[in-house]
Amino acid sequence: MTPERLSITVAGSGGAGVVTVGNTLLEAAGSIGWYARMARSSGPQIRGGEVAATVCLSPQPIQSDPSHCDLLVALDWKNIDRFADEIVLNGHSVVISDPEQGEVPDSIRDSGAQCLAIPFKELAANAGGARVNMVALGITMQLARLTRESIKFTLEKTFHGDRRFTIGMAGVDAGILAALSVNRLDLPPAPTTSCSERWSITGNQAAALGALRCGVRFAAGYPITPATEVLEYLALALPKLGGEFVQAEDELAAVNQIIGASFGGVPAITATSGPGLALMMESIGLAVAAEIPIVVIDVMRGGPATGIPTKSEQSDLNIALYGLPGDAPHLVIAPTSVNDCLDAVYWAVELSEWLQAPAIVLSSQALGQTRTIDDKPPTREQKAVRKVPDQADGAYQRYQLTPDGVSPMTLPGMPGGQYTAEGLEHDESGIPSVRAGDHLRQLEKRRGKLTSFDYGDYWADIQGEGSTAIITWGGPVGAARELLARSHEFDGGLRLIALRLLAPEQPGPMAKVLYGVKRILVVEQSHGGQFYRYLRSCYDLPAPTRSFCRPGPVPILAAEIAAQLQQWNLS
Amino acid sequence: MKGESSQAFSTKSYKSGVKPIWCPGCGDFGVLASISRALTLLQVPPEEVAVVSGIGCSSRIPAYLNSYGFHGVHGRALPLATGLKLARPELTVLVAGGDGDGFAIGGNHFLHACRRNADLTYIVMDNQVYGMTKGQASPTTEPDWDLSQLTPGGPGMNPFLPLVLALGSGANFLARASSSDPGGTADVLVEAIRHPGFSFVQVLSPCLTFQPEQRKWKKMVRPAPVEATTDPVRAAKRLMTDDNFFVGVLYRGERDPYDESSVEATCELSSLESEFKIHDLARS
Ligand SMILES: Cc1ncc(C[n+]2csc(CCOP(=O)(O)OP(=O)(O)O)c2C)c(N)n1
Ligand code: SF4
Ligand SMILES: [Mg+2]
Repeated sequence: MTPERLSITVAGSGGAGVVTVGNTLLEAAGSIGWYARMARSSGPQIRGGEVAATVCLSPQPIQSDPSHCDLLVALDWKNIDRFADEIVLNGHSVVISDPEQGEVPDSIRDSGAQCLAIPFKELAANAGGARVNMVALGITMQLARLTRESIKFTLEKTFHGDRRFTIGMAGVDAGILAALSVNRLDLPPAPTTSCSERWSITGNQAAALGALRCGVRFAAGYPITPATEVLEYLALALPKLGGEFVQAEDELAAVNQIIGASFGGVPAITATSGPGLALMMESIGLAVAAEIPIVVIDVMRGGPATGIPTKSEQSDLNIALYGLPGDAPHLVIAPTSVNDCLDAVYWAVELSEWLQAPAIVLSSQALGQTRTIDDKPPTREQKAVRKVPDQADGAYQRYQLTPDGVSPMTLPGMPGGQYTAEGLEHDESGIPSVRAGDHLRQLEKRRGKLTSFDYGDYWADIQGEGSTAIITWGGPVGAARELLARSHEFDGGLRLIALRLLAPEQPGPMAKVLYGVKRILVVEQSHGGQFYRYLRSCYDLPAPTRSFCRPGPVPILAAEIAAQLQQWNLS
Repeated sequence: MKGESSQAFSTKSYKSGVKPIWCPGCGDFGVLASISRALTLLQVPPEEVAVVSGIGCSSRIPAYLNSYGFHGVHGRALPLATGLKLARPELTVLVAGGDGDGFAIGGNHFLHACRRNADLTYIVMDNQVYGMTKGQASPTTEPDWDLSQLTPGGPGMNPFLPLVLALGSGANFLARASSSDPGGTADVLVEAIRHPGFSFVQVLSPCLTFQPEQRKWKKMVRPAPVEATTDPVRAAKRLMTDDNFFVGVLYRGERDPYDESSVEATCELSSLESEFKIHDLARS
């Protein structure tokens, strides 16, 4: 049987060059027409830890993590036990390692995989002192039947054609020769020449680009794994676009800096992970009360506290939805794929600017740090437009009640528009007020502007019309999509509802898409079933509903979701 | 003031008309008056001024001024103002608040704002107490001040010396003023606003409600007997021998302010995006 895709894992200690191998395979495959995806799994993001890069190749865009590994190339076995859980091998898998690095661990051998020995180190030494990872690259390239030309082209770009390139190619050639003795792998069909423009990008980079596309020209942040790359890209790009990036002293400063910039009229963003989001909460509430548009991206990792910084989870849903003191309506948006990090952030900026409310975007390590070769999304038409009056007179009221709840917002510099943005409850002019009437009117205004807005079709991705609905969000959406391709295997077929807009909730549209559904499986990567509880409290679920929730760090796979549905049939 | 009528803006131009919530005799009235007087001397159009504050009695000041204002959360006025100033460098941005707001909950931002040296003027109304929350010890309270239930017998720690912290952290302009002399304070503020980089002005501003002893401050303050210096070492020496009641400009630094690099765009977003493009060997 021809498989749909090929999955290759390269593993080794930090600093061994695992990620270089992964990136080179990815780019090389891309250059000869493949779609590809590379997920990184690592311990602490410093040298000396363990690293695994899993590269998937397919003639079609790839949505999810692979269910198993076809080829494992281990540069060494030093820390293999730390990520053995994440590498699923079976009787068809091939494992290649250097006998000099010691015996193949039992956990690997017991999988039934075919284990082969190739002396990487010796081959590398004989190839003029090439690095071991280059030999591994050659072996992998040969087994995946990528062209030598594509590898050469990619390495030349990486090493700018210096000495490392020539020596590297010697290592690659030694690997190619050594791999000739290995049996061929079953490969997916070769890609046909595609006419769409493809790009190679991580979710974190895509998120940053989404913000820039929607007009963000100010960002501030404090580094934190796994969100730092969002900030890195913004720091690189903003000055070139006439914008500004600031490395703040902490997250409290970062979020207040973007509030200040946005008050000044410049669309602004920050990115962080769970611990940083916790620190920002009070000030996100300020943006609610003072009606300042800001976007906060949370690239989720395992929690609570410092948790598992380098690995993914969806357990910040509760804090994003409910973490603000007071009645504080705001937007919560989640990308449904690596590529969608771009449009989801774009949309968050657009909505936040229009609705003058903060938006929290819940990405995750799995989306943010996965690199994908996919079709480049076209630029969306609409641009964020804040309701800024052309002029103001002395009677200007910043928090004026309007039919849609959105009040015109003057910007510093505009004569007659002076006002004080207030975190204290206030009347329409912004003067602090403790009156019951003012409090109620402003609460209703702030909620009404969000609930009365028409979010259109973009609130969720809907796929299939089967009678079993899978409701999920974020990282696991890819696995669910993969399952949808096998919808016919399930009695009555499948229907996927992948939420992009988590707050405010959309009961009307949800009722429509759930029409005719006979059972509902709620899928999420959190130990406490946070998403399930949220759905239960905000939506009518008109059919028997079950929760499939489990924590990270291992990604949720299509096979697990399938097993849940099969079990349900039996019980 | 002389000649005010021939000018575009008078002190009235900078008053919002909102009635302050302060206790009678609160020092903050004097500071409010000095800010509008300083702005009048500078003749900045009200719409080009933004006053940012945190939380506390003193932090209520933006609403009383006719300018753009931001009354944010407790302790975060400096980063908010930094974001505003970097995004809109042409604005005159003042930051105002109390000793609790600036040196306790916002202490870290204070150090980093001095170090960043963005072109802001920071006015702290120091009353050595948390006025808003009914009189608890602040970082500038004397160790034996025992009038708060939260620190019976006094806080037992020496107070921070805000000007020393600011100098050590890189602030570019340092002055002390007194709310009892709004004219003198206004003159200091004019200089502080004009001076490039981060200017820090500690204004002794009594809280007669919770620190009644501070009534005496009016008699204790006196002009510093020496001229301001540009030498941080001399400034440090003076501060270490200071009795905390000398007023006037103490230090005029010569550091370049933080780069507000809001320059023109040098490239299009589409050209940045094209760096992610896959180079297709089959097509090239
Ligand atoms: C996060 C947070 N913690 C505590 C408070 C309560 N609080 C309000 S003002 C204040 C102290 C204000 O002292 P200071 O800055 O010296 O201002 P003053 O009232 O003396 O002018 C405190 C503790 C708050 N508003 N927010
Ligand atoms: S409590 Fe003190 S600081 Fe607050 S208004 Fe009254 S006198 Fe001023
Ligand atoms: Mg105080």
